[in-house]
Amino acid sequence: MMSKTPFSAFVRKEFYHIFRDRWTTLILLIMPMMMLLLLGFAITTEVKNAQILVLDPSRDEATRMIINTLEASEYFEIKGEVTSIEEVETLFRKGDIGMVLVFSEHFSDKMLHTGKAQVQLITDGSDPNYALTVTQYATAIIGGVVQEFSAAQGSIPCQIHSDVRFMYNPTLKGGYNTVPGVLGMVLMLICAMMTSISIAREKEFGTMEILLVSPVKPIVIILSKTVPYILISLINLTTILLLSVFVLKVPVTGNLLLFFLLALLFIFVSLSLGLLVSAVAKSQMVAMLISGMLMMLPVILLSGIIFPVESMPLFFQWLANIIPANWFIRAVKKVMIQGLGFGAISFELMILSGMALLLVLLSLKAFKKRLD
Amino acid sequence: MMIQPNDNYSIMVEDLTKRFGSFTAVDHISFEVKKGEIFGFLGANGAGKTTAMKMLCGLSKPTSGNALVAGFEVGKDNEGIKKNIGYMSQRFSLYEELKVWENMRLYAGIYGIPEKQIKERIELMLESLGFQNEINTFVKSLPVGWKQKLAFAVSIIHNPKIVFLDEPTGGVDPASRRQFWELIYQAADKGITVFVTTHYMDEAEYCNRISIMVDGKIAVIDKPQTLKMQYHGRNMDEVFRKLARNAVRS
Repeated sequence: MMSKTPFSAFVRKEFYHIFRDRWTTLILLIMPMMMLLLLGFAITTEVKNAQILVLDPSRDEATRMIINTLEASEYFEIKGEVTSIEEVETLFRKGDIGMVLVFSEHFSDKMLHTGKAQVQLITDGSDPNYALTVTQYATAIIGGVVQEFSAAQGSIPCQIHSDVRFMYNPTLKGGYNTVPGVLGMVLMLICAMMTSISIAREKEFGTMEILLVSPVKPIVIILSKTVPYILISLINLTTILLLSVFVLKVPVTGNLLLFFLLALLFIFVSLSLGLLVSAVAKSQMVAMLISGMLMMLPVILLSGIIFPVESMPLFFQWLANIIPANWFIRAVKKVMIQGLGFGAISFELMILSGMALLLVLLSLKAFKKRLD
Repeated sequence: MMIQPNDNYSIMVEDLTKRFGSFTAVDHISFEVKKGEIFGFLGANGAGKTTAMKMLCGLSKPTSGNALVAGFEVGKDNEGIKKNIGYMSQRFSLYEELKVWENMRLYAGIYGIPEKQIKERIELMLESLGFQNEINTFVKSLPVGWKQKLAFAVSIIHNPKIVFLDEPTGGVDPASRRQFWELIYQAADKGITVFVTTHYMDEAEYCNRISIMVDGKIAVIDKPQTLKMQYHGRNMDEVFRKLARNAVRS
């Protein structure tokens, strides 16, 4: 049963608070998985079964081979043929066409004899990410076919064969980007947001006053608040890793111990951020708004989970650098996906440690000021 | 300057002052509270009584002046004070999502009561409150009057020398208020000094002695009976109105 020390009495109380409320438990344990699966499957930069239309005036061996290979790949599906270039625009407007493949006339002949056969790839540029990925896939496949075809005809391939290879993520899976991002988001959400809300709640209900009048040191109260959230974070960390390995097929190539160490450091940073918020916020509502607007939104927008930071204006790139989650996500990518060691993430670890120190100092100062 | 400790008094205050910028919330107040006394600390809203009480509980640092609470100096030995006082505020201060006995256990743990004694104390407390059947009830489903009684019982779970009650009966119906005061008398009989603030003037008459704060200063301090004679009031309400009439702050 409950031990006689104030610390364990408090920790037990925190667990009651969290696990008695079915919704809180559900949100804390299930939501991270939902987020991962949603971002991993639904909001993905991968292309699967993109619908292709073909304009093929040549109808020769080479074009047929290209079309068949595209059809055979899991990325594309040949939807049909068009007869004139004028049709293309109206078809794009309907919205379900991913790409149109336009071959030049006498494709095989030109390729074999002049070495200058042309194929045009038309995609919908209003979604640049998608368009880029589709053309990259198609170019790679067409390049392969051309090579094969020329070799089979006994002529030396005259085109410069471009071989694009994506290091660490050879099949360009979205999960490689999603998993570290969701990890950063979830840990931030649970540690920073929930801790700040739970402390603000004590202030709101007046129980904090009673605790401050009791002989228990404030540090004990605060530490006991963090224990359940550290535990929940570690559980979520594990479920997210399992889901990413077995469902999203994103392997953990690096050292697992180093990974957990990194995660613990980030948990510490998030907790101190939560403490800082709770020192300022007087009610749960305020704590929620501050954590939501100032912490969650920037993480979602500026961490590169959904939008690539590299293509943002310089100001936002600079802003992204002061978000702790971004450094964590960067380091996770290195350890988890690239399988790099301690040396490779020492800079990120240093930055995160510095942030932790700064945040702890700031929140201590804020707490002291409030007590005077 | 230190106050000389005196065994007859549990609270001794001398020139205690608290300023917030240019605003003097508590202005050189001095008084004593005897051991085992029920002391009513009255005043209009904004008169400075909550600020004064917070200083005595070690929640706020005095700007100047001295005070001894349970023999410990305010501002210097707050740890000593915290171990020897109980506190209950007007805002309900138990955890609503916890059961009655879980709240009791939590506060027993907070005040470091040895494990072996906890069960016995909880049973004793339940009995004196008549709560034997409510042991597994969630606090949020208790009526307000019961919650206040429970909060009071929990605030003296560690047998403190003094208990500070900040408007403990706010929003409670008259019948429950009378029951609540029975608990206060029981505590006083056990030798616990009771320091209580209240809005209800009928409750002021239940106190052994009262002080009335006006504009950060203590205007009067005496037995309710003496004050009624001195200010020609039929009840404490009239005494209070006569004194508060001259207040600048309201």
